[in-house]
Amino acid sequence: MKFTDVYLQTATKILVFLIMTFSIYVLFAGHHNPGGGFIGGLITASALVLLYVAFDLQTVREVIPVDFKKLAAAGVLISVLTGVGSLVLGVPFLSQTFRYFDLPFLGKTELATALIFDLGVYMCVVGTTLTIITSISEDDI
Amino acid sequence: METFMIIISGILFTIATYLILNKNFLRIVLGLTLFSHATHIMLISINGLKRGSAPLLGEHAESYTDPIPQALILTSIVISFALTALLLVLGYRTYIELGTDNMKKLRGESHE
Amino acid sequence: MSSLHLAILLPFVFVVIIPLLYKYTRAIHTGWIALSVPVALFVYFIQYFSIHEAVEPITVSFPWIPSIGIHFSLYLDSLSLLFALLITGIGSLVVLYSIFYLSKDRERLNFFYAYLMLFMGAMLGSVLSDNLMVLYSFWELTSVSSFLLIAYWYQRKRSRYGAQKAMYITMMGGFSMLLGFIILYVISGTFSIREIIAAGDSLTSHSLFIPAMFFILLGAFTKSAQFPFHIWLPDAMEAPTPISAYLHSATMVKAGVYLVARLTPIFGAQLEWSWTIIIVGIITLTMGSFNALKQYDLKALLAFSTISQLGLIMSLLGVGSLALNKGYAEHSLVFVGALVAGIFHLINHSVFKGSLFMMVGILDHETGTRDIRKLGGIIHLMPISFTLTMIGAFSMAGLPPFSGFISKEMFFISLIELTENTSSWAAIIPVIAWIASIFTFIYCMIIIFKSFTGTYHADRLERKPHEAPFGMLASPAILSLLAIALFFFPGLVVTSILEPTVKGMAPQVFAVHPDWHTHVTAWHGFSLELVMTIAIVIIGTFLYRRIEKWKGPVFELLPKRLNLFTLYDKSLITMEKTATSITKSYMTGSTTHYLSYIFGFLIVIVLATLFGTGAFRLDTSQDSPIEWYELMIGIATVIAAVFILFSTSRLMSIMGVGVVGFTVSLYFVIFRAPDLALTQLVVETISTTLFLLCFYFLPKMKANVESIRFKLSNAIIAIGVGLTLTLMGLSAYGYRLFEPIAEYFTNSYELAGAKNIVNSLLVDFRAFDTMLEIVVLFSAGIGIYTFIKLRYAGRNE
Repeated sequence: MKFTDVYLQTATKILVFLIMTFSIYVLFAGHHNPGGGFIGGLITASALVLLYVAFDLQTVREVIPVDFKKLAAAGVLISVLTGVGSLVLGVPFLSQTFRYFDLPFLGKTELATALIFDLGVYMCVVGTTLTIITSISEDDI
Repeated sequence: METFMIIISGILFTIATYLILNKNFLRIVLGLTLFSHATHIMLISINGLKRGSAPLLGEHAESYTDPIPQALILTSIVISFALTALLLVLGYRTYIELGTDNMKKLRGESHE
Repeated sequence: MSSLHLAILLPFVFVVIIPLLYKYTRAIHTGWIALSVPVALFVYFIQYFSIHEAVEPITVSFPWIPSIGIHFSLYLDSLSLLFALLITGIGSLVVLYSIFYLSKDRERLNFFYAYLMLFMGAMLGSVLSDNLMVLYSFWELTSVSSFLLIAYWYQRKRSRYGAQKAMYITMMGGFSMLLGFIILYVISGTFSIREIIAAGDSLTSHSLFIPAMFFILLGAFTKSAQFPFHIWLPDAMEAPTPISAYLHSATMVKAGVYLVARLTPIFGAQLEWSWTIIIVGIITLTMGSFNALKQYDLKALLAFSTISQLGLIMSLLGVGSLALNKGYAEHSLVFVGALVAGIFHLINHSVFKGSLFMMVGILDHETGTRDIRKLGGIIHLMPISFTLTMIGAFSMAGLPPFSGFISKEMFFISLIELTENTSSWAAIIPVIAWIASIFTFIYCMIIIFKSFTGTYHADRLERKPHEAPFGMLASPAILSLLAIALFFFPGLVVTSILEPTVKGMAPQVFAVHPDWHTHVTAWHGFSLELVMTIAIVIIGTFLYRRIEKWKGPVFELLPKRLNLFTLYDKSLITMEKTATSITKSYMTGSTTHYLSYIFGFLIVIVLATLFGTGAFRLDTSQDSPIEWYELMIGIATVIAAVFILFSTSRLMSIMGVGVVGFTVSLYFVIFRAPDLALTQLVVETISTTLFLLCFYFLPKMKANVESIRFKLSNAIIAIGVGLTLTLMGLSAYGYRLFEPIAEYFTNSYELAGAKNIVNSLLVDFRAFDTMLEIVVLFSAGIGIYTFIKLRYAGRNE
């Protein structure tokens, strides 16, 4: 399956960057505004799907040069490890905590362990969705 | 509004059930998707609608909509996406391997 | 954990070790490894044994499920010690014997000895447990291991059949026993046998006490192959002979006897208990010995003889339990004699029957047949075997100078006492038992003389017989020596085992008579029971000489079809057929049918609850106002959905679902759920892409060609589901039974540092759900990958 539509391809080149940026924003803003790992992940995935529709699978692979299955697995692992981490510190499984730091340039910033967990969710969603899409499109009957 | 939405979800349930009972695999998958849509509408509606602002503390509102159904539905949306994808691929692999997507033909021999 | 616990666990450890070592120790016979277990355990248990005094009862406990009173508690008294010694002692001899019986090269010895160890551990656990639930678990484990061992040669149809039959019948009894145990628990509030015995008379008045007794007796009777449940034992003879010698004569079938002995202090005072056991025992004794005459296969003959002997032991325990009955208080010491006889015969039976089974195994091994019509005249070829067989069979026939004689005499004494001290119609019992003993005498003669004397037909035997190797003869020889030793020195077991066991079985009696002692001697003087034995020998010899003349006509008289064996087979076939037809009637293999069941059930249950409890309520007063654009979106949703229903094009259907999805995300915007709206929007985009990707590969959708009837019934179910769920939703909306818990989560900024409550719910408050959710998502992804990438390599090549 290969589309060759110059308009679409040109638009996609710009759009993918916009969508990707937005998705990262959504991921990190999720703690206080609409967003989070699920939505961020799905938006990233949709950007890559758009890339795939406009160009081809090869392009998608070049943009994200990782094995999507491993990405998804790594996501699950990160989420589980944040849970295990709280066990190590002697609190119930998956307890989250947060603290405020003064970071250069950013000023007062909140850092929460929940964000690491959400990052795992994000990776899992991106990895799984793209595993599904790429598996289907690579299928040679 | 709530009664209206519950009735709409009821209509969706009816159509979804009819599609699920069909013998065509694609219709069954579509039926399942509709079924989850209907469930989501039902879940959010029975809790009462448009009472208070979105559950974002940044809004500094007097009252917020109940966030629990929303969290449940968010989980459900992602799960039903995974389910739909799995069933869809199952259906199309079945068709490639066995040459039919008719559930009636896919059932085994009676002596099994 | 005490050493007793470890003793029970040791065989289970070897269940794992033996198969692991098997690969690396092919050079030696696996039996040598397995032999270490029973020998070590025998040595362990023998240290509790002392000829001159009884073992001091030991109780050790280890909490297992303390919340419902289940403890892994063990109790070692002389009764359990006796069984532990039998299990480990005969176990050692059987394992030793099996080393020579089973070929190292042809048999799968790792399985054989693993199963055997499993059985040994289970059996030890059964007889040492004080907790009824633990006892039950081990009890069922003996049934399971017995199943595995009978089916050891699973390639043979008869083995599989026999294993299944034994399993069905003993497990049925096991379940019934479990029911009895649970009733006992309900009555007494404890699972501990000690504590139930201590509760004593306070339980007997309960209306469920007698039913519990019968349920437990059913378990004991099935395990000990009592009439009419004896039918599994002859078929269990398909097991390798060492197994028959061990499980189906010396140990497992005695578990029922053990249970009866163990529970006698609880139930013994009930007349129902005593008479049920006496009558069932006597019937089993007679029927077993009579059927044994008919057999040509020596092993089948021994199986019926085992049934018969078990009946004898059971009936003795039944007579003995009368000692606990208040109505017979003045004769209690007389009846106690029956308990002594029962336990003593149990020991003797294990000794001579174990030996006889091994001898039959040797005959089979050396000549290639167990058929008495083919055997004969090999006394000169196998003189040692002949001697050992003769000792075993004479002991079984109750002849001196073998230990069976003593217990047989005591059996007659007990029955005569029974007649003298209870109702007059009981007089028939000694007569029946005496006739059964004549049969016993005759089949014992058959075992010895039909196999070893007579004319020798070399052509009928598969191989030329010669004496068995020493190792194979060692085990039966030891048992035979024991049979003689117990005749001359019964004192070996009197003070150590018999007296304390009997005292433990009837504690109420010995509270009154603390100075009681029993006397077990070979010579009683010239009494009635001796006359009975002499008459048995004379009549038995006479009948045996003429057996060919009367055997045929007598067995001709009996109905062939109407026996328990055919009844079992028929009922099994009927049961299987009925089950199949019932299953077939609803397991049609059609998704539509299955889903109809589910939906139909949903409709019935929800509607019945809704209207049955008056829970339905329609309350529109709280409704929020509805705007015109909301109405439009709603109508759009319905139109799109209805469109899917009638669309015959794949593309259009997919688009329809897409439209519904996007309208749903619009609702989420209106209903102030921004997270949901965003997610739904993106998911919808990706799903539609997915549908379109698969769309290339899917076949064209055909127009609905199903019958009107099919469509109509589906439509009715669909409308039913829609209506039910709508009514349910309306009722749920109409009622507000308690305040929402959402208030707590509005503190999310303080609790989780998050201003987005939904997100904080997902990643913080309910993070466990989310973690599992991404696991599900990941599994689905891997599943899809597997569907596509890893497929049958074979088909395309």
